[in-house]
Amino acid sequence: MKREVISLQEVTFTYAEEDTSVRPAIQSMSYTINEGEWVAIVGHNGSGKSTLARLMNGLLFPQTGTVRVFGEPLNEHNLWDTRSKMGMVFQNPDNQFVGATVQDDVAFALENNGIPFEEMVERVQASLVKVKMNDFMNSEPHHLSGGQKQRVAIAGAIALQPRILLLDEATSMLDPQGREEVLQTVRQLRAETDLTVISITHDLEEALLADRVIVMNQGEKYAEGSPQEIFERGQELIDLGLDLPFAMNMSRLLRAQGVQIVADHMSEEELVNDLWTSHFNK
Amino acid sequence: MDISLQQVSYAYAKDTPFEKRALYDVDLLIPSGSYQAIIGHTGSGKSTVLQHLNALLKPTEGVIRIGSTVVEAGKKNKKLRELRQKVGIVFQFPEHQLFDETVLKDIMFGPMNFGVPEEEARQRAIELVRLLGLPEEVMEKSPFDLSGGQMRRVAIAGVLAMNPEVLVLDEPTAGLDPRGRKEIMELFYRLHQEKGLTTVLVTHSMEDAARYADRIAIMHNGKCVLQGLPMEIFSDEDRLLDYRLELPQSIKFQKKIEEMMNEKLPTLCLTEETLAEELARLLKKEREV
Amino acid sequence: MLEKMIFGRYIPGDSFIHRLDARAKLIFVFLFIMVVFIANNWITYGILLLFTFLIIRLSKIRLYFLINGLKPVVFLIIFTFLLHLFFTREGPIIFDWKFITIYEEGLKQGIFISIRFTVLVVLTSILTLTTTPISITDALEILLNPLKKWKLPVHELALMMSISLRFIPTLMDETDKIMKAQMARGSDMTTGSMKERMNAIVPLLIPLFVSAFKRAEDLATAMEVRGYKGGEGRTRYRKLEWVTRDTLIILSLVVLAAILVYLRN
Repeated sequence: MKREVISLQEVTFTYAEEDTSVRPAIQSMSYTINEGEWVAIVGHNGSGKSTLARLMNGLLFPQTGTVRVFGEPLNEHNLWDTRSKMGMVFQNPDNQFVGATVQDDVAFALENNGIPFEEMVERVQASLVKVKMNDFMNSEPHHLSGGQKQRVAIAGAIALQPRILLLDEATSMLDPQGREEVLQTVRQLRAETDLTVISITHDLEEALLADRVIVMNQGEKYAEGSPQEIFERGQELIDLGLDLPFAMNMSRLLRAQGVQIVADHMSEEELVNDLWTSHFNK
Repeated sequence: MDISLQQVSYAYAKDTPFEKRALYDVDLLIPSGSYQAIIGHTGSGKSTVLQHLNALLKPTEGVIRIGSTVVEAGKKNKKLRELRQKVGIVFQFPEHQLFDETVLKDIMFGPMNFGVPEEEARQRAIELVRLLGLPEEVMEKSPFDLSGGQMRRVAIAGVLAMNPEVLVLDEPTAGLDPRGRKEIMELFYRLHQEKGLTTVLVTHSMEDAARYADRIAIMHNGKCVLQGLPMEIFSDEDRLLDYRLELPQSIKFQKKIEEMMNEKLPTLCLTEETLAEELARLLKKEREV
Repeated sequence: MLEKMIFGRYIPGDSFIHRLDARAKLIFVFLFIMVVFIANNWITYGILLLFTFLIIRLSKIRLYFLINGLKPVVFLIIFTFLLHLFFTREGPIIFDWKFITIYEEGLKQGIFISIRFTVLVVLTSILTLTTTPISITDALEILLNPLKKWKLPVHELALMMSISLRFIPTLMDETDKIMKAQMARGSDMTTGSMKERMNAIVPLLIPLFVSAFKRAEDLATAMEVRGYKGGEGRTRYRKLEWVTRDTLIILSLVVLAAILVYLRN
């Protein structure tokens, strides 16, 4: 039985409390995230997904509904404790780099939480090894690539040994290589620990890595399910401003050309196999 | 306007302890009216090349010819302003350059700097707001009150408003969601075709390069290591890997299928659509045999 | 132009001076400023130059770097030199041509002042060239710590300083980028009347402010999320260590001061 780590019940949040004509950024959202899961929250820009991130770690509080973290409603009293258990990586690699060098930045959260010096040195080292940035201990941020900066941000987040890692569009400003570096790092972390990962994204590849996908549209939950279940919706997702995995797009295009395919496939291998069995192996 | 770079080298902070060479003997020819993609790894020098195309950077060695304008290392050129009107650059995250009180005024900034009368500039701005699919009511709003995607469009309109003959695009879709990305890329392609704009696209996306460009150049470690037609560039996977680049997804998939069927498709499929067509044709033929 | 400045930049290295405790270097520069004023004749100024040269050697920074870096202040040095040269009217006249009269004392004072100026700039440059900004900030925070008693927010000031230093390169890049974007739209910041130039700065400043505020906001959020709630209860990752060589370098100053006092007029 998996324990719940975060759950939202009927959460509504608006930036314009006075003005009822403005539609709320988040409207009666409910979902539960369990320990050890990787959940992707996807939606086009402006669908409210970043507001959701801020609600989950108490940067914002909802007008109605409750946010529960580790079973307890999030409030001003347990806020700091909650944050120490939830590492967060933001979109802009530059704007979250506090330290003058890589190691100073990783140590920042540790310093804030009063970790003793000797332990701090160990944890900084260990965290940097985990994200493979240990050769860059003394580098200054402007000498690092975007992907490297985001890996440092991850190291800074995991140095506190949190149980949740929240990625708020952490890959959206990176080049393909940087994106790959960051996703590889997260995959690696998941393989080594039972870290719960919540990634807020419009990147398809990132969503495909998740165990579960929540689709947002105009501040509401549009759909929820495994990547397979979600992407089977095809055209609906495109209408929401999202994209489909390559193999699925290809399947749809082939079908439009009159090629017979059993299903819209998620992976290229499945599609190749399908083509093989239905057309050549008769 | 043909653009040519001959033996162009560039060093940042030249003659200081912090000197950094960014370009080495770059030769590049961009014929008038073509859609040129420049691809390469981050730090390969592609953004540095781009800034030479309207003399924001001047070569430390070599010669650049843009139409009739010549920019040569170590020589002054008084016609740079004319050049800048003819070559519009959309920088990465162009919304960072917005500053004026209203969207219209911001779009009019460029043309008015180049002496276009106010009324005409306004007319152009209004047309561009429509062309870029922005809602009419944004015109009198502050650009800072718009959404990220809308700001991007306003910034792009600000460059298009100068009526450039050459449009240089530096990762114009970075950070946008899939729909925004597609819409913007299609818009540039339409402008390229309808207005005959010479277009230079600097991108990380092999798919975009394959889909839109009719010529591709590869930058690697400050050198222009390869240039040619997309078909030529993408026919040699090993070579791309040397430059830490990949094939577009459609070609990767084509290769998988070809391997499975043990048969080659007649052409390299640069887009998913052509791949689907070619495959369908092939499968039909197989069935008829 | 800015890229040619070396003042305030750090050149990585492993020399004797690089390895000194940042506090020792700060105290050293502070004391040196006072010691310089002891010198008042050829021999004492000569010793000052020699001492400075020794420090340069110890820092293993190439003389060429330093001379290049001095360029922005050369004008100031020449100006003060000329000021003394022409306006000191003491001692025998050594040069007289039409309306230009130069006295021996003027030449002497001009040279002395130039030496004083140069050694001060060189030694301060060496401090910043061999010390990471973060160490300087740390050293300042520790040295100023006693002032906390008088409610001086030492921790906050040090943090502010280190974050500002951290963002200088980022904001310089940003300025360069916006400037180029506006130049590409025909804005011209380098020619025209004063008024035209001032107007041309607006399209640069507004985006720069907007972006700086956005960055500040993001940074504040990131800091809050990472548990920053002021200096209370924080531990320090950076430790400075005072060793023998640090005491030695301060002692060398004391010796220098003693020699200068002995040899001055």
